[in-house]
Amino acid sequence: MKSAEPSLSLAQPHPEGVGILRRSGFALALAAVAYLLLAWAKLVPVNAIALTVTLSAIVIGVTVYAWDLYRNVPPGIKNNGVFTSSITNGGLWGWVAGIILTAFYVALYWFPETLGLGKDGSNTGIVALFDPLKRFFTGSNSTSQWFVYGTLYTVAIVSLGIKFMLKYRHNRYQLIRTSVVMVSQLFLAYLIPEILEGLTTGQAYFAKDIKNIWPLNYYFFYDWHLNGMLEGGALGRLFLIAGLVLFLIGTPILTYFLGKRWYCSWVCGCGGLAETAGDPYRQLSSKKVSAWKIERWMIHAVLVLVTIMTGATLYGYFSGQSEILGLSIYNYFQKPYGFLIGAAFSGVIGVGFYPVLGSRVWCRFGCPLAGYMGIIQRFKSRFRITTNGGQCISCGNCSTYCEMGIDVRAYAQKGQNIVRASCVGCGICAAVCPRGVLKLENGPEEGRINDNPISIGNDGIKLNGLS
Amino acid sequence: MNEPSASQPLVIIGNGIAGITCARHVRKRSPRPVVVISAETDHFFSRTALMYIYMGHMKYEHTKPYEDWFWVKNNITLVRKYVVRIDTEKRELHFDDETRMMYGDLVLATGSKSNFFGWPGQDLKGVQGLYSYPDLQRMEADTQGISRAVVVGGGLIGVEMVEMLHSRGIHVTFLVRESEFWRNVLPAEEAALISRHLREHGIDLRLNTELKELLPDAQGRVRAVVTSQGEEIACQFAGITVGVSPNTEMARQSGIACERGILVNEFFETEVPHVYAIGDCAQYRTPPPGRRAIEPLWYTGRFHGETLALTLTGKRTAYQPGPWFNSAKFFDIEYQTYGDVKANAAENEKAFYWEHAGGKMSFRAVFDAASQKLIGINVFGIRLRHEMFDQWLREGRTVSHAIEHLADANFDPEFYRTFEHEIARAFHTQTGITITPRPKSLLRIFKRPQYS
Repeated sequence: MKSAEPSLSLAQPHPEGVGILRRSGFALALAAVAYLLLAWAKLVPVNAIALTVTLSAIVIGVTVYAWDLYRNVPPGIKNNGVFTSSITNGGLWGWVAGIILTAFYVALYWFPETLGLGKDGSNTGIVALFDPLKRFFTGSNSTSQWFVYGTLYTVAIVSLGIKFMLKYRHNRYQLIRTSVVMVSQLFLAYLIPEILEGLTTGQAYFAKDIKNIWPLNYYFFYDWHLNGMLEGGALGRLFLIAGLVLFLIGTPILTYFLGKRWYCSWVCGCGGLAETAGDPYRQLSSKKVSAWKIERWMIHAVLVLVTIMTGATLYGYFSGQSEILGLSIYNYFQKPYGFLIGAAFSGVIGVGFYPVLGSRVWCRFGCPLAGYMGIIQRFKSRFRITTNGGQCISCGNCSTYCEMGIDVRAYAQKGQNIVRASCVGCGICAAVCPRGVLKLENGPEEGRINDNPISIGNDGIKLNGLS
Repeated sequence: MNEPSASQPLVIIGNGIAGITCARHVRKRSPRPVVVISAETDHFFSRTALMYIYMGHMKYEHTKPYEDWFWVKNNITLVRKYVVRIDTEKRELHFDDETRMMYGDLVLATGSKSNFFGWPGQDLKGVQGLYSYPDLQRMEADTQGISRAVVVGGGLIGVEMVEMLHSRGIHVTFLVRESEFWRNVLPAEEAALISRHLREHGIDLRLNTELKELLPDAQGRVRAVVTSQGEEIACQFAGITVGVSPNTEMARQSGIACERGILVNEFFETEVPHVYAIGDCAQYRTPPPGRRAIEPLWYTGRFHGETLALTLTGKRTAYQPGPWFNSAKFFDIEYQTYGDVKANAAENEKAFYWEHAGGKMSFRAVFDAASQKLIGINVFGIRLRHEMFDQWLREGRTVSHAIEHLADANFDPEFYRTFEHEIARAFHTQTGITITPRPKSLLRIFKRPQYS
């Protein structure tokens, strides 16, 4: 016999209160982040134990928090309250988070000494906190702020990737995609390069993240980098050849068959962070047509700029000149690109503004590799998002949760396939659709773009050819 | 009565999916002035997305399928007023602010109203239906800080309201008249599947239960409902979702013939010249084959708008819907249907039903007992391709054909587990027919004949 009386706690089927487990997980992760901030302020001891505990606490804390958050609710879309919470709706807490992140990036790029970067192994602060780990990989205290960043970046993708997977545990596309992007970051971008670094100490440096392809990696053709690879023996030559082959052959072929998603939401580090740490902010991207107009110009302008800059760089490399047409290659090409695009755009704005502008600002407006693959995806690819006949109800979930700001609904409600240069194939539009309207798939090129769709189910219209 | 000149505007009352679709398609084909009148909102929004605003998945602005500049750019005039009367002789609208407007052609797309069946206490504060944007605003205001709610009526809007309230941590008791949720539309197994899922979410589901009355507190707000079993259930909010009816009052008072809805022929013409009705508010004098006289549905509203736009731009076109389809989502379980699946199979029909061991996925195919021709399918927890079933239903394919080619119709995201073989085995068990499912063929999916 059911009772209609309220507040029978045992019968209360709503475990809405936040339990001890979730509080503990949150507190643990928060404490770890606080420790990092205190280390930055040089207020706490920095040593191997502190680092191990801090990094473990982040991963464990986030996992416990997320596990408890999702374990009591059946698998499904978990977007309740996204636009009523100020941390995720671009409100006050979002701005606070954005400012802290931005401050970190400003320090990282332009004031690394404030993080504790010292000369010749005399690091202090948060950089010194990471010395033991760098020593573990390379045997020396050659920690730079980039090692700190790379480690924290990887920890963020792994811990928040676990959270993402718990959130989308009903969706195998999301589970597999996220596993791959986590593994890709942990191994290809972090562990393997660090191990290789340790094995090649004393040799000239070159970037050892094999998937970080030019033009995303804009310094690939810089003198010091080319020389680093050329002087780096078999390994260096492998990375040089791999870099060229991936750009010239691998990228077009894979993008033809799979769309640019093979890179942007499956492999790329920037994409990996956006899909995991950035997932709570995906809905903040602008869907206005005006934003799309800016996007088209901006991303292709960056692609042109990086090509000009690299052209000048290669001219300098092969001619031995430091100037081109009387302009210093460093001062007029490499330095402005590195400052404006490499640092300010991709780092400070790209990630620092996650909680305000959404998670894919860089990927959408700036990344030249995304621009290159976007052209292939738009004009010569088998990838599309198919819409399911007439089932769309124009609710807007797909557009709202598109991190790239694509107005997915505008296509879906017409029954038109989505073939857009910017789509990174994250698959969230299809996940949040309540009517099963969207499907990411690779198929024949023929009929991929259907500009004049007809609505299925209304025969009078078909017969009269309304378009 | 004089004939309208081209300069006299097409006026559409109602900016929902039917009215707006009509306006857009008229604009695509003609430069004639188009005016859309609504008292509800300034702009078109997706009514089906109201629940997501309440749940915090979206804000109101996200539910607008077109940016606000769209209407200016396309020269569609939006008027935020309430029409009180139509003077069909002078072809003139009277607004509640005493102003008037001439029309050349008039389209009534006034939608539905929530049903209330005269229960004692139905006008109390905290008692409402859910159809319009003002309904949502009222629900938002009246559910602040409450802990218990009752929703009456086991249909699509009812389950949406239940999910909305539940998302705010409000304990919901759900009164359903039928033996299972939506049993008047769904066959027993599917109705039970959703009922189970509602309980999994902690919904207090009361089956075979109706509302008797609503009890007030001292402030005139609902404090409890009394069920048909005489049980009193405490609550601070009661959602009444026992169906909708065409919103016809203004048309009726203006002398336009109505039964339950505004009566129209297959061209959506009322009996008054230059006056048309589409969407929820329209009632077919002669329903298209296999259809009900009133179809309050998003898709039909859209089809009506598309069809009438042809007529209004010189290409008189009868409404001719293809095979039926619909979809919904009940908490986490999606539902799609193609063709005609009745709550209880008809004499000449046979049904095949498969349910996944996890109890959250199912597939039903209804077919003609004699010819084996597919009549309709219901699917829960698996997505299927509309175009494929549309084609099979048109071609009169057999149920065996559908089971054999089910992989072609799968529309689940990549890497999802597929159940074609399990379904074929169940089909063999139930019918004795052995079918080897064919693997998915891109050729069949993407290069099928186009029906035109």
